[in-house]
Amino acid sequence: MARKITYQQAINEALSQEMSRDPTVIIMGEDVAGGAGTDGEQEAWGGVLGVTKGLYKKFGDRVMDTPITESAFIGAAVGAATAGLRPVAELMFIDFMGVCLDQIFNQAAKFRYMFGGKAETPVVIRTMYGAGFRAAAQHSQCLYPVFTHIPGLKVVMPATPYDAKGLLIQAIRDNDPVIFCEHKVLYTLEGDVPEEPYTIPFGEASVVREGKDVTIVTLGRMVHMATDAADNLAKQGIKCEVIDLRTTSPIDEDTILESVENTGRLVVVDEAHPRCNIATDVSALVADKAFDSLKAPIKMVTGPHVPVPFSDVLEDLYIPNAAKIEAAVRSVMGKKG
Amino acid sequence: MQLSKADLLRAYRMMKTIREFEERLHVEFATGEIPGFVHLYAGEEASATGFCMHLDGRDKIASTHRGHGHSIAKGCDVDAMMAEIYGKKAGLCGGKGGSMHIADLDKGMLGANGIVGGGPPLICGAGLAAKVLKTGGVAIAFVGDGGFNQGTTAESLNLASVWRLPCLFVVENNGYAEATSSKYSVSCDDFTDRAAAYSMPGIAVDGHDFFAVYEAAGEAIKRARSGGGPSLIEVKLNRYYGHFEGDAQTYRGVDEVKNIRATKDCLMLFRKRVEGAKLVDAAELNKIDADVLAQIENAVKKAKAAPKPTAADLMTDVYVSY
Repeated sequence: MARKITYQQAINEALSQEMSRDPTVIIMGEDVAGGAGTDGEQEAWGGVLGVTKGLYKKFGDRVMDTPITESAFIGAAVGAATAGLRPVAELMFIDFMGVCLDQIFNQAAKFRYMFGGKAETPVVIRTMYGAGFRAAAQHSQCLYPVFTHIPGLKVVMPATPYDAKGLLIQAIRDNDPVIFCEHKVLYTLEGDVPEEPYTIPFGEASVVREGKDVTIVTLGRMVHMATDAADNLAKQGIKCEVIDLRTTSPIDEDTILESVENTGRLVVVDEAHPRCNIATDVSALVADKAFDSLKAPIKMVTGPHVPVPFSDVLEDLYIPNAAKIEAAVRSVMGKKG
Repeated sequence: MQLSKADLLRAYRMMKTIREFEERLHVEFATGEIPGFVHLYAGEEASATGFCMHLDGRDKIASTHRGHGHSIAKGCDVDAMMAEIYGKKAGLCGGKGGSMHIADLDKGMLGANGIVGGGPPLICGAGLAAKVLKTGGVAIAFVGDGGFNQGTTAESLNLASVWRLPCLFVVENNGYAEATSSKYSVSCDDFTDRAAAYSMPGIAVDGHDFFAVYEAAGEAIKRARSGGGPSLIEVKLNRYYGHFEGDAQTYRGVDEVKNIRATKDCLMLFRKRVEGAKLVDAAELNKIDADVLAQIENAVKKAKAAPKPTAADLMTDVYVSY
């Protein structure tokens, strides 16, 4: 039965249900319990934002606090995945991938291919991304394009509580390495989520809203910006089709191409920096495979080519918003202003 | 630690197989028929053998660029390894890995590794899996003196100690990280000095002496298996060839390798000891020499004749499902 819970609770519930179902699922990360070795509370944090709170109480040693050594524990999760466990490791902020990237992209991602198809590495790396917390340049990035670039990884970024639960359960049951990207601003978002476990297959985009005039392809937090823009545009008589990619690797090419073939116009919205991001990737796909359907040039709405700034004024300017998306849509519709 | 005659013969065969495999690759590489980079383990055989003689199907190892010896010692198929190094479809990894990525997870060999210091975190994970799943297994990271300076190694030593994992960290110190002497690049006189910082035993052992390695390895493995936590073992040894094949090694002394071969060779020392103590007849060891030569000759012949992968193989084996 569905009830309203938050994105954060949906993630917690997915972890809890999978740990109950499968004893080989373990969790590790910095302060995923919090308080290890102290005289105080033994599950003081449950993750820096409380996403894993309650799991240590329920599953004990299967929820493992780690030293702040991402190379060692992300690598340990990868190694354990080759040896019979299904670890869910938490890389607190996606920005920290720089200190452990080798274990992800040279080890986990490549084992199966390098070893001639004989390796399975069922590891999930959960990580928090995105701007909006005034967390500045080293705690706010959208580095999922980096992971999307790497063959051997699957990259997932739910936009809703429903998708968060279903995609995370899928990720844990999946036999390939999965980078599971959680937008920090979405943790408090509420939505309908069934109590029972369910999965959402990777590579199937969600058509959040149907429309005949313009296709908006987007992902993560930007899905909500895009639907806000689409609401406003509908009042002006412009009908937008909003596609939430849900996963960038694999990517649902068919849904994107079918939609663009119907609307003839494409706006891609991506919070990431503008170079080599998901917006450029989707634009290239459409230019390559559906160019003849286009009635107008493709527009991209993205963060700018600067680090994420700290000051609220600057950060708000950095983040794409509904007004910027509306302007892009009006532009591809040939409307000024 | 007592070794039966069968164990002695097995150890000798293992070391000899590694030696002949590497000596033959040295010759074959020079013909230009072997693609890519090859890093030979000749001279270091007593280390891989001394550790892996104690291991069974529960146990995992991770290796380095110089991974052929560890692979053979952990039971990887020699024919398939040779075919892999020649880039053939029949190779252990279907020709997709090559010398630097030889692996066989079914044998507990988690791979040679193209990244210096890539293995120790993985071995923490393998040790963790053994601990959580209560398999009784141990996990060994073989690391070079170059890789032992990596942050990944330092982090892994700490993590293994904090989690009391059934892991061994074996630094095979052959004196050179690529072309740089460990006398220059290592901050301490002995790597074992670092063990205290991670609250684990640090044992130094002469890597030319199979029996010394075997004994030290046995104690550390026993300790790990019985829940006593990780150990750091420094194996001091020498490599007979360059960092990679084609390395002119002008950084080495004129007769350095020649002298080591003459005085410290691990196979020579092994024979001297077991023959001297009349544990094994020279004839039995000679028979192994002949067997191994024939085996390697056969492996090379088969590898050369084997077909390469085809275009259909390019896109397979990336994901379990996609």
